[in-house]
Parts: sequence; C-alpha cells; structure tokens
Amino acid sequence: MKSTMNGSELTLYVTGEIDHHNAARIRETADGLIQQRHPTVLRLNFAGVEFMDSSGIGLIMGRFRMMQLYGGKLRVTDIPQGLRRMMELSGLTGLDVLERSRESGDCTE
Amino acid sequence: MTVLNEMSITFESRSSNEAFARSAVAAFVMQLDPTVGEISDLKTAVSEAVTNCVVHAYRHSIGTIRISVRLLPDYTIMIRIADKGCGMEDVHKAMEPLYTSLPEEERAGLGFAVMQSFCDSVSVRSTPGKGTVVTLKKRLSPRYANG
Repeated sequence: MKSTMNGSELTLYVTGEIDHHNAARIRETADGLIQQRHPTVLRLNFAGVEFMDSSGIGLIMGRFRMMQLYGGKLRVTDIPQGLRRMMELSGLTGLDVLERSRESGDCTE
Repeated sequence: MTVLNEMSITFESRSSNEAFARSAVAAFVMQLDPTVGEISDLKTAVSEAVTNCVVHAYRHSIGTIRISVRLLPDYTIMIRIADKGCGMEDVHKAMEPLYTSLPEEERAGLGFAVMQSFCDSVSVRSTPGKGTVVTLKKRLSPRYANG
C-alpha cells in the first residue's frame, strides 16, 4: 500500500476491495505506520477503493480509536460515490472523519 | 414458484473465499443486465452474509457454505446463504444494528443492517448447533433490453 508523509501528516492510499479478508492486511499496515511515525493526522485516501462492505467501517472505526489514543486525528478522503450509502448507514457521517468531497460538497446527502 | 434460472455453489469458510462468493453471485446475475448500483448492492449483501459464516458460524473451524441463487419472474433475485455452523440463540439480537459478539475484532455490527438496507427483504432462520440460513431478495428495476 502506497503511503506518503508530509510533515506530521501520514496519507495511506487504500486500493482494491475492502472486505473482512483484506481489512486485516490494511489494518496491520496502518497500525504499523501509526506506531512507527506517530502522525498527527492520518489520511486514508479511498480514491482507489472498488468495493467495501461493513468490514471497511470496522477498519475506519478502529483507526479512529487508534489515532485518538495517540492524540491525533483521522480523515477519510476521496470517497467514491458508490461507497456513500455504506458510510451513511454506519453513522460515521456524524464523527467528522469523512472529508467533504469536491463534486457534491457533502458526504451526508 | 416459477424459477427462471438457478445456480448453487458450495465452498469452504475461508476468508479468501469472500471475494469469490460475491463475484460468483454477481457473475450469475449479470444475465439480467443489472445496473452498476444493483450489482454493487448484491455483492455487498452477499459479502456481509458470507463474512458472518466465516467469522461467526464457523468461528473455530472451517466448514461449508452453500449459496444458491434463483432468478424469479419480474427481475427478482433470491439468494440463499446457508451454513452448518454454530447457529444463533437470539436472531433478533444478532440483527440489531451495532450489535456484535466480537467487538475486539473490529466487527462494526452492521452486517444485517447492511443486508436489509441493500436488499428488499432479508429473512434468517437459525438453529443453535445446527446452522443458519439467510435469504435475501432483491427486485431489479425493470430492464428494457431483451432478457
């Protein structure tokens, strides 16, 4: 998984299909980098995500807690249109971790 | 019940088969010319049901999962996901949004809520010690192309 560090902000480019099987691998990579680099902001860039079931919600919630533990923030960015209903259903829209997308201006509609 | 076409698959409850299961169902349903959104809904619902089998039904073992898909009149799809795993004592509790028996594994507790949201109907039959059958139904928007 591609990652970039910009100052104290870490961006992870999540690609492919997020299901229970793949979430484990993404979680390990993300947590390894958080523990190693102690970013103040973790950005999960979802532009390359082609499919996501509720395992993706667990993954986001888990990283949210992890970043809280380290006194940092989580942002989920570039969320494809097709994943919106899942995000809405999860209640994540109330947590202020989903970045407003450029096209429609809001993740919650 | 008139069944226009039907398929079934059985496979082991390994997490690597989650992608296989949803893709196989999607491939079969393609003959009805569904929209991208409809296929995505079905794949998501199937993924949730299969993950439940892998994570909960066969928690400490590998067992068999059987999926059968029926194409019914009026663009209606019926998907049955069956396991012979541990079953559930309390189906209603399991179906409550945000309830999970495995919070430490980062399960969001949304599996059934997602199935209900992405399908028209979800029914669950479960017998502790015997297994669980989840039946999903979804009606596609009518197609104008020749089926």
